[in-house]
Amino acid sequence: MSSLTLVRRRPGFRALRVSRPWLFYICAGFAAVIVLVAVLAPWLAPADPNASDLSAALTGPSCAHLLGADGSGRDTLSRLILGSRTALLGPAAVVVFSTTLGVAVGVAAGWRGGWLDSLLSRSSELMLAFPGLLLAILFVSLYGTGLVAPIAALSLAYTPYVSRLARGLTLAEKQRPYLAAYRVQGFSNWAICVRHLIPNIGPVILAQSTVNFGYALIDLAALSYLGLGVPPLTPDWGAMVNDGQSAMLQGQPLSAIAPCLAIVVTVVAFNVVGEHWADRVANREDARS
Amino acid sequence: MAEPVLEVSGLRKVFGSQVAVDDVSFTVAAGGSLGVVGESGSGKTTTARIIVGLDHADAGTVRIDGRDRDHAGRKARGADAGRGPSVARSARSGRRAERLARARQVQMVFQDPFLSLDPRLPIGTALTEVLRLHHPDGDHPARVTELLDQVGLGTREATALPRGLSGGQRQRVAIAKALAVEPSVLVLDEAVAALDVSVQAQILNLLADLRAELGIAYVFITHDLGVVRCVTDEVVVMRRGAIVERGATDMVLADPSHSYTRLLLESVPGPGWDPQLITAARRALAEAEAELTPR
Repeated sequence: MSSLTLVRRRPGFRALRVSRPWLFYICAGFAAVIVLVAVLAPWLAPADPNASDLSAALTGPSCAHLLGADGSGRDTLSRLILGSRTALLGPAAVVVFSTTLGVAVGVAAGWRGGWLDSLLSRSSELMLAFPGLLLAILFVSLYGTGLVAPIAALSLAYTPYVSRLARGLTLAEKQRPYLAAYRVQGFSNWAICVRHLIPNIGPVILAQSTVNFGYALIDLAALSYLGLGVPPLTPDWGAMVNDGQSAMLQGQPLSAIAPCLAIVVTVVAFNVVGEHWADRVANREDARS
Repeated sequence: MAEPVLEVSGLRKVFGSQVAVDDVSFTVAAGGSLGVVGESGSGKTTTARIIVGLDHADAGTVRIDGRDRDHAGRKARGADAGRGPSVARSARSGRRAERLARARQVQMVFQDPFLSLDPRLPIGTALTEVLRLHHPDGDHPARVTELLDQVGLGTREATALPRGLSGGQRQRVAIAKALAVEPSVLVLDEAVAALDVSVQAQILNLLADLRAELGIAYVFITHDLGVVRCVTDEVVVMRRGAIVERGATDMVLADPSHSYTRLLLESVPGPGWDPQLITAARRALAEAEAELTPR
């Protein structure tokens, strides 16, 4: 079984599939640093992210403001550091919800088969046909701005990717006699799925979820950029890019470029980690069968 | 003959236009051992899967200890039913009781020991899990040690993962898992086919010892006539889903009455073995059958 081919990637990211371990270690380290920064953000930030120092507005890097300040005189570095919280929490919520829902749907469809499989698979395909970002905008327009609506919408939009993978893995795993052995031994379907099937297909699913994390980060940043994500004053990378547009035109692009870089590097880091993980799991599967 | 523990009658299973199992009937005495022999595609594995409940027969019945497989434990459910508020809960516990009762009737050992264990679970945990399901009040650690000892494994293996064990050891674990349920009948589907010859002999000896010790009845599904000779009292020969010959193992192997059985016997490599002769015999058998069957 090649689980490698099952993990879904967006076309542009295919080039990131590398076997070079040093890149993986750098990216894993970077991802860990980002998470640490997000956790320790209030203690790391040199200034209040919402305090405006109008005398420093639209200045470049200086001792007071290491990455300069934006059009309202807010410290870019502080906003960047605190922004990492929303940047990570949003996609994390999307990944948690979509993975849970996707595994439930995919395993139920693959294990039960029959009409349930047809129903769940067709609905998943229907969801796939609908762009996630569009769904998110629809939700925002229905339920107002804030993080909840886009997270709910993206969770739904990402569910089919996980459920399709989970269904495929379930169908492959179902062929293995150890699951038949558990059925003969009188274990319930629920116990077999929860205790044996899901833990065995888990690593591949988590690899896909790590890859999804990067995509969700981009989508949420895009929504914030459009002003549909986080509430106005919350520091957020996507919103910072939006705020920084005018600064860019006035010759101080750093307040827009810094969050752009943060988004790109974080997404790439999580993607490489996820891809590498998927490849490793696939190799282990090959060695096992 | 003693009271039969397993009674299979009129079993039939059709996959599409292919008749996999065609009117198969046999019985196994308590503590007895029956070999089901046939080449690939003769329907012997499907028969085994129907007996353990992994497949459902289109017709026919499987009775174990005089109870119909399809109705095992249904009595337990019937007794609980219709008692007012707890009907839904009792229906669920009834299904559970039925499942467990069916599992205690018959267990199965699969062909490939490399695929029939959860790769993630240490052996001891896997055994404890079965014990917890079937004998929740027992002393599990002691029973695990006892089971491992019965199949010739030590406590060292209890902490090992399946990938840390050899094929023979894994098959011993699979047997221990089946024994943990304490079934009346054990179905062994090509249980030694994936092992090398010296390990095969060890496992067959182990199975013979366990039968003498525990009085479990065996159904040995195999293509290997040497295995049949070693561990079975009686044998049925299956071909294209139907039983073509049956009888005591010694008699059938010494003096086969059906030409297909003779062919199987001659196909075993040994002194004077001639593949061309066998191919010719196989062709002759097919032609003879073609003449018999009306078009």
